[in-house]
Amino acid sequence: MSVLGRGVRSLFLLEFVSAMRLTLRYFFRKKVTINYPYEKGPLSPRFRGEHVLRRYPNGEERCIACKLCEAICPAQAITIEAEPRDDGSRRTTRYDIDMTKCIYCGFCEEACPVDAIVEGPNFQFATESREELMYDKEKLLANGDRWEREIAINLEADAPYR
Amino acid sequence: MIVQGLVFYLFAAIVVVSGVMVISARNPVHSVLFLILAFFNSAGLFVLMGAEFLAMILIIVYVGAVAVLFLFVVMMLDVNFVQLREGFLQYLPVGGLIGIILFVELLLVLGGAGVTVEGAPANALAAPMPAANVTNTEALGALLYTKYVYLFQAAGMVLLVAMIGAIVLTHRTRPGVRRQNISDQVGRRREDGVELKKIQPGQGA
Amino acid sequence: MVEFWIDYGFPLLIILLKIIVILVPVLIGVAFATYFDRKIWAAMQMRRGPNVVGPFGLMQPFADGLKLFMKETIIPAGANKGVFLLAPAITFSLAMIGWAVIPFGDGLVLSDINVGILYMFAISSLGVYGIIMGGWASNSKYPFFGALRSAAQMVSYEVSMGFIIVTVLLCVGSLNLSDIVRAQEKIWFAIPLFPMFVMFFISALAETNRPPFDLPEAESELVAGYQIEYSSMAFALFMLGEYANILLLSGLTTILFLGGWLPPFDIAPFNWIPGPIWFLSKLAFLFFVFSWVKATVPRYRYDQLMRLGWKIFLPLSLFWVVLTAGVLVAFDWVP
Repeated sequence: MSVLGRGVRSLFLLEFVSAMRLTLRYFFRKKVTINYPYEKGPLSPRFRGEHVLRRYPNGEERCIACKLCEAICPAQAITIEAEPRDDGSRRTTRYDIDMTKCIYCGFCEEACPVDAIVEGPNFQFATESREELMYDKEKLLANGDRWEREIAINLEADAPYR
Repeated sequence: MIVQGLVFYLFAAIVVVSGVMVISARNPVHSVLFLILAFFNSAGLFVLMGAEFLAMILIIVYVGAVAVLFLFVVMMLDVNFVQLREGFLQYLPVGGLIGIILFVELLLVLGGAGVTVEGAPANALAAPMPAANVTNTEALGALLYTKYVYLFQAAGMVLLVAMIGAIVLTHRTRPGVRRQNISDQVGRRREDGVELKKIQPGQGA
Repeated sequence: MVEFWIDYGFPLLIILLKIIVILVPVLIGVAFATYFDRKIWAAMQMRRGPNVVGPFGLMQPFADGLKLFMKETIIPAGANKGVFLLAPAITFSLAMIGWAVIPFGDGLVLSDINVGILYMFAISSLGVYGIIMGGWASNSKYPFFGALRSAAQMVSYEVSMGFIIVTVLLCVGSLNLSDIVRAQEKIWFAIPLFPMFVMFFISALAETNRPPFDLPEAESELVAGYQIEYSSMAFALFMLGEYANILLLSGLTTILFLGGWLPPFDIAPFNWIPGPIWFLSKLAFLFFVFSWVKATVPRYRYDQLMRLGWKIFLPLSLFWVVLTAGVLVAFDWVP
């Protein structure tokens, strides 16, 4: 391009004009984002969302209080206390997860020998207060009851790769 | 009329109070902000007198530009004004004397009907009343660009000299400083910077 | 006493009513301006923008307003409390008082003062105080940087803006905003003074701290500049003031260059539409261009900003003042 051409280009702001034309064309393009609260993107079966504590089909809780998850948790978000129950089996008396600390690495899930703690597919658990994010055993077990169907499907889908 | 009087005293009182605050405020930034308040109320006084052009120019020039730079400097410099004020009482007589002299001079100039300087026209300060349908912007322009055009130009020259002086005093060329040349950058083409060479395998560049 | 009421009371009441009639639509317009800004910006990035609250997300500005209103006003411990709280109020009220002289239609103006353009110029040059006071009073590094940048930027662009206004005034021969519009009955000033129109628009971008000149808030380097320490209603006032300023400068550009309330051609289908609608649609178009530019160009570097202001805009606008004056005198067109 000649010097004259360059001069004309910069004097008449032609670069800007072409950029503005480009953005105007995009203005009328179809939107590529999904309409989030009403539409949702696909989730991988390995997605690591909100934690749940699962139960066996007979209603017995899976967790045996081995504390492997507590040990491996890099953010030290899990607190467990355990005692033998009346029938002699070892169970947790306290199972707390501080969701404000959790980094969703999924190590607890990997460490668990009985598939008790699992990061479920739920990612919409915003709360109005900080206290609500300190999950205790009841909340986690309730989550487990709520999401058991989806989690079972996900675990099954991912099983061949484990 | 009574409302105009009230508004005048309101503006005047704020001007005086904020003027006092300018010199008595502990924080220099507050001083400048009070100065701006004083400017504003002076502009209000101008409007009351029907000099709306002067009022707006006062705000644009002094508040919009000069005071911004004041504020800029005062905010940037960490001046210890308490230390500067230490000799306040010591200098009070001299300062007070100068203030009183200025005040008396002002009184003589404004209300000095009895005192006339030899040779000066008696109504030098009385403004020539413009015709009723001429706005004061036009009246000012008609006077400024005809009768006082040389003074006006001279004032402009003085400012220009001051500006150039400031630039000359502060400007220095440092050797070894690399500067960006935007037109060179924009004018650079692919052919200037990229060269494609065919290299035979195993022979290196 | 009765006389006093007739002389002062009723006119004052009428003026107050007029103020409310102007300010309430302006505030609603500002609220929706934030919505449309986000929507336009989103569309140009092929996003959807706010679309959940109300139909098409139209209630989004009110949801945001409510959210900000419910939040806690945090005043930093080291802040200069009085100035800190004064700053957003100044920004907001300055953006509001400018509307007093804007003629929405022929004679539809709150205060038809004969130095209207100087008044507008004064108001826009005062806008810097809200930012500089907020930045200083926050007693924090980034806000202070933002304030300093903003002060230098606004003072620089005001100079060329002043010259551009002088060019228009030369063609009009009056400082009254309504007269400026009336002088454009034959041809809008945007056509003969096209370079000035473009430069005025770019200066308006710099004056309102919009991208590509949003260095005072520059979220990628200064986090949010002078707004960092502000929360709740103080922040909302800053935000409202900023958008009101954008609308105000769009209005001023309309009046100076796009013929205010005048239709583009004074012939049948165009002059059926009333003046205020023309004015508002031109204003809306300019606001769209503001958002459009925001979606298009990246932020200027600070030295480039100063170079553009002082080395390009100032000489160019000065040259145009001389050129316009010369042409007007040579062809004996001086109004």
